[in-house]
Amino acid sequence: MFCPLYNTLLGGDERRVDSRTIYVGHRPCPATEAFIPPKFCDNRIVSSKYTVWNFLPKNLFEQFRRIANFYFLIIFLVQVIVDTPTSPVTSGLPLFFVITVTAIKQGYEDWLRHKADNEVNKYLVTVLENGQKIRTESEKIKVGDVVEVKEDETFPCDLILLQSSRDDDTCFVTTASLDGESNHKTHYTVPDTEKDLESLNATIECEQPQPDLYKFVGRMHIYKKDQEPAVRSLGPENLLLKGATLKNTQKICGVAVYTGMETKMALNYQGKSQKRSAVEKSINAFLLVYLCILVSKALVCTTLKYVWQSEPGQDEPWYNQKTQREKDTNLYLKMFTDFLSFMVLFNFIIPVSMYVTVEMQKFLGSFFITWDKDFFDPEIQEGALVNTSDLNEELGQVEYVFTDKTGTLTQNNMEFIECCIDGHPRALCSVLDILIHIVLYDQEKEELFLRALCLCHTVQVKESPGPGQGQADGLMDQVDGLGLGGEVLRPEEQRGFIASSPDEVALVKGAMRYGFTFLGLESKNMKILNRNNDVEMYELLHVLNFDPVRRRMSVIVRSKSGDTLLFCKGADSSIFPRVRPEEVDRIRMHVERNATEGYRTLCVAYKQLSAEEYAQADAGLREARLALQDREEKLMAVYNQVETGMSLIGATAVEDRLQEEAAETMEALQGAGMKVWVLTGDKMETAKSTCYACRLFQRNTELLELTVRTLEDGGRKREERLHELLLDYHKKAVQDAPPVKAGVTRSVCRLWSTANQDYGFIIDGATLSMVLNSSHDSNSSRYKSLFLQICQNCTAVLCCRMAPLQKAQIVKMVKNSKGGPITLSIGDGANDVSMILEAHVGIGIKGKEGRQAVRNSDYAIPKLKHLKKLLLAHGHLYYVRIAHLVQYFFYKNLCFILPQFLYQFFCGYSQQPLYDAAYLTMYNICFTSMPILAYSLLEQHICIEVLLDNATLYREIAKNAMLRWRPFFYWTVLGVFHGLLFFFGVRYLFSNPALQDNGQVFGNWSYGTIVFTVLVFTVTLKLALDTRHWTWINHFVIWGSLAFYVFFSFFWGGIIWPFLRQQRLYFVFANMLSSVSAWLVIILLILLSLLPDILLVVFRKPRGPNARQVGLTHSYPQTLRHSHGWTRHQTLSTALFSSLSLSLSLSLSLSLSLSLSLPLSLSLSLSLSLSLSPVSSSIPP
Amino acid sequence: MKEQQETANRPDNTAFTQQRLPAWQPMLSAGIVIPGFVIIGLAFIGIGIALFVTSQNIQVLERDYTGVENNSPCFKCSDPSTKNCVCKLDFSLDKLFEGPVFFYYGLSNYFQNYRKYGVSRDDRQLSGRLDNFQSPDEGCVPYQYDANNKPIVPCGSVANSLFNDTFKLYQIVNGARKLVPFDGKGIAWWTDHNVKYRNPSITPLKNAFNGTVKPTFWSKPAYELDPSDPANNGFVNQDFLVWMRRAALPDFRKLYRRITEGDYKNGLPAGNYSLEIAYNYPVLDFDGRKKVVFSNVSWMGGKNQFLGIAYLVIGSLCVVMSIVMLIVYAKFKFPDEE
Repeated sequence: MFCPLYNTLLGGDERRVDSRTIYVGHRPCPATEAFIPPKFCDNRIVSSKYTVWNFLPKNLFEQFRRIANFYFLIIFLVQVIVDTPTSPVTSGLPLFFVITVTAIKQGYEDWLRHKADNEVNKYLVTVLENGQKIRTESEKIKVGDVVEVKEDETFPCDLILLQSSRDDDTCFVTTASLDGESNHKTHYTVPDTEKDLESLNATIECEQPQPDLYKFVGRMHIYKKDQEPAVRSLGPENLLLKGATLKNTQKICGVAVYTGMETKMALNYQGKSQKRSAVEKSINAFLLVYLCILVSKALVCTTLKYVWQSEPGQDEPWYNQKTQREKDTNLYLKMFTDFLSFMVLFNFIIPVSMYVTVEMQKFLGSFFITWDKDFFDPEIQEGALVNTSDLNEELGQVEYVFTDKTGTLTQNNMEFIECCIDGHPRALCSVLDILIHIVLYDQEKEELFLRALCLCHTVQVKESPGPGQGQADGLMDQVDGLGLGGEVLRPEEQRGFIASSPDEVALVKGAMRYGFTFLGLESKNMKILNRNNDVEMYELLHVLNFDPVRRRMSVIVRSKSGDTLLFCKGADSSIFPRVRPEEVDRIRMHVERNATEGYRTLCVAYKQLSAEEYAQADAGLREARLALQDREEKLMAVYNQVETGMSLIGATAVEDRLQEEAAETMEALQGAGMKVWVLTGDKMETAKSTCYACRLFQRNTELLELTVRTLEDGGRKREERLHELLLDYHKKAVQDAPPVKAGVTRSVCRLWSTANQDYGFIIDGATLSMVLNSSHDSNSSRYKSLFLQICQNCTAVLCCRMAPLQKAQIVKMVKNSKGGPITLSIGDGANDVSMILEAHVGIGIKGKEGRQAVRNSDYAIPKLKHLKKLLLAHGHLYYVRIAHLVQYFFYKNLCFILPQFLYQFFCGYSQQPLYDAAYLTMYNICFTSMPILAYSLLEQHICIEVLLDNATLYREIAKNAMLRWRPFFYWTVLGVFHGLLFFFGVRYLFSNPALQDNGQVFGNWSYGTIVFTVLVFTVTLKLALDTRHWTWINHFVIWGSLAFYVFFSFFWGGIIWPFLRQQRLYFVFANMLSSVSAWLVIILLILLSLLPDILLVVFRKPRGPNARQVGLTHSYPQTLRHSHGWTRHQTLSTALFSSLSLSLSLSLSLSLSLSLSLPLSLSLSLSLSLSLSPVSSSIPP
Repeated sequence: MKEQQETANRPDNTAFTQQRLPAWQPMLSAGIVIPGFVIIGLAFIGIGIALFVTSQNIQVLERDYTGVENNSPCFKCSDPSTKNCVCKLDFSLDKLFEGPVFFYYGLSNYFQNYRKYGVSRDDRQLSGRLDNFQSPDEGCVPYQYDANNKPIVPCGSVANSLFNDTFKLYQIVNGARKLVPFDGKGIAWWTDHNVKYRNPSITPLKNAFNGTVKPTFWSKPAYELDPSDPANNGFVNQDFLVWMRRAALPDFRKLYRRITEGDYKNGLPAGNYSLEIAYNYPVLDFDGRKKVVFSNVSWMGGKNQFLGIAYLVIGSLCVVMSIVMLIVYAKFKFPDEE
């Protein structure tokens, strides 16, 4: 789970700070000289970030830490301080808008958190104080308080269990809200504490708070009069976590050890690291380019201004005299303020509203994932879950998929298939069958085996929900009833088991089918109903818990007859070395055969402990459990010491069925160009068979194996052999393989060159750690890169026997490899959490292994099969949408500001704005923001069915295809082209400003308004042209914003606004519309600007004929398969284009030679080169 | 019962939430694009021809009268030291200059779109607010107050630099000079004249200007701009309004008068003319030029070749492209087009 992770994260801290001492009930203890009530934080949970008072300053501070917002703040301040061309409102209003929207969103979220906090903090709890029960609010609990909790209440803070109403000093809790595991967990009271809590005089010494839910070490000192203080060890089994719920127990009393923000729950909800998407990195890069453009524009203008002014007469013509203040200002200061003024004038080139639009797009867009009914699983009654909306588009960029096997590829629905006792296989067929077998085989051995299955586990019996019964006794009643009544069959069928691992349930159920029924645990006694319907009792002495490193678990029990037995079950690799070798061979054969059939196998061993042996083990265990430091390591040592010299009884095989459509999903992912790596803790054989079943490995796939087994072949040193194999495989898979370019698909490879060999790679955990931590430092990096290269050239990679941390290591290695591929991890269990957190995108499956994976994931889906739609449809669409959104935003601001820049050359570099302040302000907020937002939410350039049917489409957007420098360059050139066209088109119109039929002339604001009208229409229609999916919303928004622009212009120019100092636009728009020439130039410029795009749309069509056509008529999906046709089309369209451009340039040069002046021809030739550039980019390498 | 349960958690099955809104997917196939291009092209060519012809038919007479060259009639006036200089610009028309004729004056290298110049005005004052007479807007500096700290009305650079050359046109009929009547009405925007600019409602207008001074460059105060027509004074003086609408580019022309009356209703008949210019406006120190333009206008406004040519080019471009496309399509016949 996440112990290793936290250890690495917090290991340092843990050791540095010392433990804390808690005085139970705040009673001073005799041992300590003076009672100083230690200071701890109170029990208030504060998940909210703000209060009413600090919301404004704190939120503003946080928002202005964003570089874009800060930039606009600076611009705004410059506008306020320096005499700048545009009023501070122009940048202040958009900024205010952005900040307000974000603040409202964050404020709302925080209000929700406040509400949730209050619910927890004001919750009434009972505190025992001087023998009296006092009802108080949860937030008033202090460390050291003794708290009483009743059944079905949640614990208000982390408590050490002192007293339980149950006789056996235990209590049951569920931690469903913490880690999603809904099973009942047993917690124990501190042994031998007095029943009378009032007179209990004790201190607890425990570690400082740390987030690991499953770790706790502490010590309790109990002081009695005239006696040596007794010391009791405290472990996680004594600690009741805040957030967990008390079950099956009437009430308990506990002493608070961690409160408020120091509880494990609170610590766990803090600081999940933020993942940033690749798109955001692209945005930042583009932003930098535009910032450079901005600065250079301002520099150019400033320089030219002073060059121009140095000419005689230009600096201060008589009609435009300087003020006294201007004359007094230092020249360099003037230059600097001029530079700032230009910056302010052009600052709109950085799209202020882009961030807020992107955020809105992500936030709103993620709802489509939650809403998708295809993700709804009727079994668990749940759909997909989106934990972060920041990564939507990353789903369309995945190159590596790391999947867990159990519960992800497979259902984790275990079924006991076979057991093998002493080398004899035993299939579970029917009761009849079993009866025959019983006669045939050594009965004693078999019963031992079945008892082992019944005893060696941590399974609990789920009680039937008896209505209105005394529930605390329900379990016992039932058990008693069973044991005495002897009616076996009926309740047997109803019996439910709960365990953290479904294997255990399967095994216990399997044993039940053979006649041995586990009845439950009752005050440290395990009850088994044997074949003769007798209840056997075993005293449970110790549980040597399962952990992924040992890969086994054991129990030590004492039978009625007084024998002390140790039963151990675990993976074959961890059991075989610990049993007598002569027993191994017979069973190993079966285990391996079962494993190749895809079954999960476990071996069972036992050992009889002599009294001395037990005493020694017992002492060792107790001592280790008491240790405050390195308890884990010490326990491990004792475990290893005890679990030796066992004798093997048998092995079990449990089938884990494949998830629905697992194979189809995997095939689709591979077809989409993703490399699928299976990372599992399972055995190689089992995992391999699963891979074959999922069609990750095909029959013709050549497997390259790098496991402990292959390493031991040569009889040489492991490392030498490892290196030899690595070089060998590298030669095979990387050097000899024809260079497979990223763009060429595997399926295409299959179509064209069947000779191309597929490789599959298999590695196990032990070998992996050798590769990664190779002893020769100089070589280690080299072998690592060799390994990585081999893996990247294989179609599928299987990593088996992985520890959770190793999974994360692999993900990290791939993530940091050359090219920084986007990785996705998918898993369902706690052991996948580390890799889910490590990958770019973490997907949790709402499976059976609890909810930890889901909680830590970015997206959670009910089934593996949903991954296909999530990536191929949602991911693809989101990527296309956001990429277009980003590019469009930069484009529309470039052609917005470029005319303003060009205007400087015609107004004496005086920072005269071309557009009115209202237009400057509203352009990004109102006129052009809604269409792109609608587009980025609704666009389906290819419809969803086609995306799902045709996985190869996913490759078209691989490697951030739409946000690379090339498309960015295309959009930039388009923006420049449009900007030039807008400005010079109107400039040539204004060579004679008498544009009305009454001979009256137009002024500068008319000029700007014409340019702006062309701009708004072109930019909106450009988007309309790009829209492939016109819903009524698109229609409404696109035509609506154009209508709004017209309406607003009339409105804005129709009234003398009393608050304006200058009525610049008064009737300018209406007058413009009364001029035929203005109409004609607007139409002309819009059409001319869109011409390249229309041509592009026409000629790009042949490029993806399959996609587009099927998009229309998806009743013919078979046309899709003609993917080999596509290159032909491409060459065709190229040929077409070159011929076209030739004739175009001919006709153009002819017509241009007439009388058109330079800028127009420039812009026309630009349009030509522009319409050509995307085609050249579309030619496959 | 079970179904009910399911619906509780199941996402809404609406077209919107499932991203299945009915949608129109535009297809620009050759079948649409080629005819579309032809139609657009032809329409553009049509408009282009109309524009081009109209523009060709507009008569323009343009004369520079800055007086830079020695032989130019206004050379003597170009020296800034000469005051009240009058020069005559003679020209002849060999055919009727069709009316109504519009008479413009033009300035070159004159930056009316200079930012500091443009903001140097007080629109509140110009809308007749008396408060702003006594304390003009900050933006008017350096023409806010004069040296004696008296408020300038109208304040600011734009008003101060009002173009003050005046013109009189004579037709030479049999050696005698016959004055061509100028119509000074309707040369400014109607909204400027009637809404945006207002005189204070004080009669006589002169009283409103008590305690203020005229702009330093002006020879007469605002309320005496047009002695012939008392209604054409103050801020609603048409020449003033035309000047206050800033030109977009440094080379600009502004409407001065229309010739719509009397014998000249149908235009200027062929013959000799003499334009008498009261040369007051200095432009040479910033290398500016002054000119007069006679022009008639059409439905598209003044003469402008650009629009017609641009329409023709784009129109023929569309047609050519559609032809090219047709050829290419006919030759290659895209397999997916059938």
